[in-house]
Amino acid sequence: MISIPSFKPLLLSAGIALGLTASLSGFAEDAAPAADQADDETIKVGVLHSLSGTMAISETTLKDTVLMLIEEQNEKGGVLGKKLEAVVVDPASDWPLFAEKARGLIEQDKVAAVFGCWTSVSRKSVLPVFEELNGLLFYPVQYEGEESSKNVFYTGAAPNQQAIPAVDYLKDELGVERWVLAGTDYVYPRTTNKILEAYLKQNGVAEEDIMINYTPFGHSDWQSIVADIKKFGSEGKKTAVVSTINGDANVPFYKELGNQGISAEDIPVIAFSVGEEELSGIDTGPLVGHLAAWNYFMSVPTDENDTFIETWHAFIEDPKRVTNDPMEAHKIGFDLWVQAVEKAGTTDTDAVENAIIGLTTSNLSGGTAKMLPNHHITKPVLIGEIQDDGQFAIVYQTEEEVPGDAWSDYLEGSKDLIGDWTDPINCGNYNTQTKKCLGAEQAAE
Amino acid sequence: MSRFGFGGSGSVGVMMLGLSLLLVTAASSAASSQGADHLAPSSAIDIRVAQLTDTSFKIKEAAAQAIAETGAETGDPRAIPLLKALLVGDLYYRKVDDRIVYVAPAGNSSWALTDALSGEALGDVGRRDLRKITVNNRMRSALRASIAALTLASPDPQLRLKAAREMIGSDDPVVISAVRAQLAVEDDKPVADALALVVAIADLKQPEADSRLTAIEVLHGNLYPEAHNALNALLGSEEDVAVRAATKAALDAIDRKRQLNGSIETLFFGLSLGSVLVLAAIGLAITFGVMGVINMAHGELIMIGAYTTYLVQQLMPGLTEWSLLVAVPAAFLVSGAFGVAIERTVIRFLYGRPLETLLATFGISLILQQLVRTTISAQNVVVQNPSWMSGSLQLNPGLALTYNRLYILLFALIVFALLLLVLKRTALGLQVRAVSQNRAMARAMGVHSARVDALTFGLGAGIAGVAGVALSQLTNVGPNMGQAYIIDSFMVVVFGGVGNLWGTLVAGMTLGVANKLMEPWAGAVLAKILVLVFIILFIQKRPRGLFPQRGRAAAD
Amino acid sequence: MGLLQPLKGDTGGQIMLAVLALIAILVPILNLLVPEGNPLHVSTFTVTLLGKYLTYALLAVAVDLVWGYLGILSLGHGAFFALGGYAMGMYLMRQIGDRGVYGDPLLPDFMVFLDWQQLPWFWQGFDQFWYAALMILLVPGLLAFVFGWLAFRSRVTGVYLSIITQALTYALMLAFFRNEMGFGGNNGLTDFKDLLGFDLQADSTRIGLFLASALALALGYWACRWIVTSKLGRVAVAVRDAESRVRFIGYRVDRVKLAIWTFSAVLAGVAGALYVPQVGIINPGEFSPLNSIELVVWVAIGGRATLYGAVIGAVLVNYGKTVFTGVFPEAWLFVLGGLFVLVTVFLPAGIAGLLKTLRRRSGSETIQEASA
Repeated sequence: MISIPSFKPLLLSAGIALGLTASLSGFAEDAAPAADQADDETIKVGVLHSLSGTMAISETTLKDTVLMLIEEQNEKGGVLGKKLEAVVVDPASDWPLFAEKARGLIEQDKVAAVFGCWTSVSRKSVLPVFEELNGLLFYPVQYEGEESSKNVFYTGAAPNQQAIPAVDYLKDELGVERWVLAGTDYVYPRTTNKILEAYLKQNGVAEEDIMINYTPFGHSDWQSIVADIKKFGSEGKKTAVVSTINGDANVPFYKELGNQGISAEDIPVIAFSVGEEELSGIDTGPLVGHLAAWNYFMSVPTDENDTFIETWHAFIEDPKRVTNDPMEAHKIGFDLWVQAVEKAGTTDTDAVENAIIGLTTSNLSGGTAKMLPNHHITKPVLIGEIQDDGQFAIVYQTEEEVPGDAWSDYLEGSKDLIGDWTDPINCGNYNTQTKKCLGAEQAAE
Repeated sequence: MSRFGFGGSGSVGVMMLGLSLLLVTAASSAASSQGADHLAPSSAIDIRVAQLTDTSFKIKEAAAQAIAETGAETGDPRAIPLLKALLVGDLYYRKVDDRIVYVAPAGNSSWALTDALSGEALGDVGRRDLRKITVNNRMRSALRASIAALTLASPDPQLRLKAAREMIGSDDPVVISAVRAQLAVEDDKPVADALALVVAIADLKQPEADSRLTAIEVLHGNLYPEAHNALNALLGSEEDVAVRAATKAALDAIDRKRQLNGSIETLFFGLSLGSVLVLAAIGLAITFGVMGVINMAHGELIMIGAYTTYLVQQLMPGLTEWSLLVAVPAAFLVSGAFGVAIERTVIRFLYGRPLETLLATFGISLILQQLVRTTISAQNVVVQNPSWMSGSLQLNPGLALTYNRLYILLFALIVFALLLLVLKRTALGLQVRAVSQNRAMARAMGVHSARVDALTFGLGAGIAGVAGVALSQLTNVGPNMGQAYIIDSFMVVVFGGVGNLWGTLVAGMTLGVANKLMEPWAGAVLAKILVLVFIILFIQKRPRGLFPQRGRAAAD
Repeated sequence: MGLLQPLKGDTGGQIMLAVLALIAILVPILNLLVPEGNPLHVSTFTVTLLGKYLTYALLAVAVDLVWGYLGILSLGHGAFFALGGYAMGMYLMRQIGDRGVYGDPLLPDFMVFLDWQQLPWFWQGFDQFWYAALMILLVPGLLAFVFGWLAFRSRVTGVYLSIITQALTYALMLAFFRNEMGFGGNNGLTDFKDLLGFDLQADSTRIGLFLASALALALGYWACRWIVTSKLGRVAVAVRDAESRVRFIGYRVDRVKLAIWTFSAVLAGVAGALYVPQVGIINPGEFSPLNSIELVVWVAIGGRATLYGAVIGAVLVNYGKTVFTGVFPEAWLFVLGGLFVLVTVFLPAGIAGLLKTLRRRSGSETIQEASA
């Protein structure tokens, strides 16, 4: 006999289904309890940084930075006469979760702007969401470029604001002739190294004087690779390592360098992903003299910076915490966003996007950051040497700010592309040769 | 220490010129400087020293150069200490009057100042009143060379050796003639060898074939990279057939030695990686292998050990050298205590359901990670390396084994031996083995199995903690560190054979060496993938690992 | 009549399927017909979220099939899920065509980026949906077949098997992280535009995908029930409980295992293929061994060897994750971890077991007991 589902369970399942749907449709209200009555009084700002998982190490600091900036702004009276309200979520270093959380922030919490993401993949994951729902994302980390989205503002460095000036410094100031390009195997190092390789070759560096090495994330056993670098560097010509090694793998890498006796005078290492925060996990004694290229260092001797550090220490209640480059990027992004909202008189995405281009704010290192039509900003390039107290001594700074270049001139696929979000072009990937806007935007018309 | 060539580049060329000037004067004044007439104050030095407060590195570099030269000319004994302090970043200036000072800590956040030139004590000041004189890479190279030049005739053979090594590869005629002069009077063998090497490399450019041959003889099989580079360059340009042949032979000898070095190095790298795997896995070999608990929180117990090291160092500031000796037992106890707590509160309800221990301990691992994030910090913390863990053991000029790896290799073996001893020679060990082989029978014989379980788990956890101490010396200490080791640890235990400690040792070492053998041609990632594929295939061949357990216990 | 046979006696499953059917009807109506702002409106965000949970549920059912009924604790099912996802991702990538940021008609953006000149051979054919669909089934299935054939033939069992499945997914993760592999490295595949000509960002497409996921879950569930109630399933349970005896009786244990194992992997691949267009990205992180462990936890929480328990576990844990990561961003891991521990210790049979006990207590004998 076949058991036709008896009446009771059927009733039960209907109940469950209704309950489930009801709870889900009510979920918006649950997650943002103050949504209704607070709507008119506050402007919501999304904070999309991982608070758990592998990226928590770097990203929790940025969450705190945004909270600090919001608190500071509220003390000044908020924006457009309204208080700002932070909506913090944890995407847990899980890339699909980033997309889900981004959608939640925009669609359910109705945030005016989102400050967030660290890794390229998290940005790539949320990008379609921001474009679909027309949200605003401020992305504070140096990255590989090759992107200019209508909905994203890139306040970190593009490769031309970090990598190329750094290589120039090594070449001209230290007389480096041989290059090791060592990186973690993901898109940022791959692209940066491609750009650098092309740039070096243009400058007459021979193929055999460039060694390229990729390692996986979190690589911890550097013995063989450091030994190889040592060999490569002992063949007579002055050698330097350009490191795009990511976060966690740096500590064992530098420890191994120190132990194998490679000092900064023998083979200097210039890093693009090692800042004060990363060094605070390392005993920097053996690393003195190795370099890093950024657009900000905590040791920058300006009054603005002193104030920023004091505010940060007061906010985080720990005078030992360091500040770093992505924090400055968030500060700049936040300042520009506040200005743009004030200028536009609304938090409406399109209005803010139009208002923000051309706005300026001061860098912590002096000089000004200006939002460019390609949604990147102008930045000074600083080169610092690691000191034994975990800080950087600034040994070089560009005279003027360098404008961020969304599309690299040194890559075959992108040398003719530009991003320009002002009329008449209004396109993130405009081909200056064919005078056409490529890709998605074209299809959307 | 530096064994890298300085030839070729522009900036270094400038430095070399300065160096040669220095040598001339240093040689002429060597006698007088040893004659202790340091009373004549040299105003030249004073002026130059004052320039060190400048912000421009170029001016500072020139000033340092001038100090070195003046020091060499006049034999002013203040020059070398000044340069050395500058090199290591111990030179400061007082903000109020730009006076250059040495500082020494004097009680709480105050510093005792000594005028760097007059030696006059200037009283105590706070940190904010001082500014450090920073140097950059270029200056450091130049300073090192200057100090070497000034100390080439030093009475201390160690200093002379350092100076001589600094000059290997130089082709500056002035330097070479100074080195020749020193070589003629040198009576210390290592220093003489180093000096001879400097001379020989330079002599490869002599016009007479005989001189070149003699030089090649000296360089035959020499492992200094500068020797190899110079010979290689000679091979490219040499026309004399006999010299060519000799060069070739000398290079071949170097290559043979290098190959041997390379093999030893790879083996060491492999064993060292293996020792890390063994350390990480051996605690698991107890909890998983002996007790059958699939402990996913094992990595977090390692992390707790590493954090204990950090806390120990925080509690005993200034005693970094000894901190590890305290940290090892402390980590054992802390992680062990966590282990016992986990066993008593969770795992004891799950015996006989090994797969469910996986789920519960997975939950525990999430909790422990977040616990560290909230109580300590989401950021990595700094664990200092004692100086005896830094640097390397120089076996020959082409081969150095890093101390930290060396000690950790030894440490892994000691931990392994102790564990074996505990299991084979103590009452606890006997009970542990009895319970793991036949719980019911052991209880019938009067073994208090609940106590044994708790202690066994505690032992495994404690060893994980000890591994954490070792790993804190190699890599990051952060909330995620445990996850990096958990999978590898399981692989090692399973590959070695569950329940067999020797299996774990052999498996860890084998995987380490295999990985390092493959790395040069496959790259780090592919090597690891190949090792994993190898494990998968190996388990097909021997479904119970390298050293399978026999008998009844193996059946379940 | 024959179609309902597998569900006989499976009260939990019947309720689950009925709930699924009701949700599948209600949600699209509430999303498309009820205007925004109405308290009954279900946002597209929720629809996508539900769709994601359903694919997870299907994955959990696949795991429960091998764990609950065959006794194989797979710590590598995430690999099959991810492979199915990658196959779908490759199809979606090829659909972008010249709408990528570089406007290359053939090569996906990341290949232009890395200066690749031509499409690698294994990307050929993925512009056709039928081919991609075939690969979604074939790639996970084939990998599972080869792996299982090797492992079951040499009688690798228990934790050894679990650990090598973990090694499998770990190795695949490392491999897919490599940019040379041609699958986009760490960034994976993303920025999809449309599927079978439907715009992926349109609400109607999302509803369609949600319905497809619901249908796949229902069919997958039914198929698993069909297997476990068939003779094959009964032998499988016998293998789980006493492998040697079954072998001595004369059954080819390795074939039984291989058949069910491979089917389960295909199911996981289908789940992955439905998952990718809904979340919009596939990346090597999906191969992470921790993901595979976590999905075993869903099954355990739901209740092993019940199939519908796996669905409950997957939906519940993921719903919890969604809520907690929003509400307690700093403490949700405590909640989740604590939940895992408590369920394992106090609810060894999971939520399904708890429900059974409650029902038994409430004395409703009229309902037939599930026989599994």
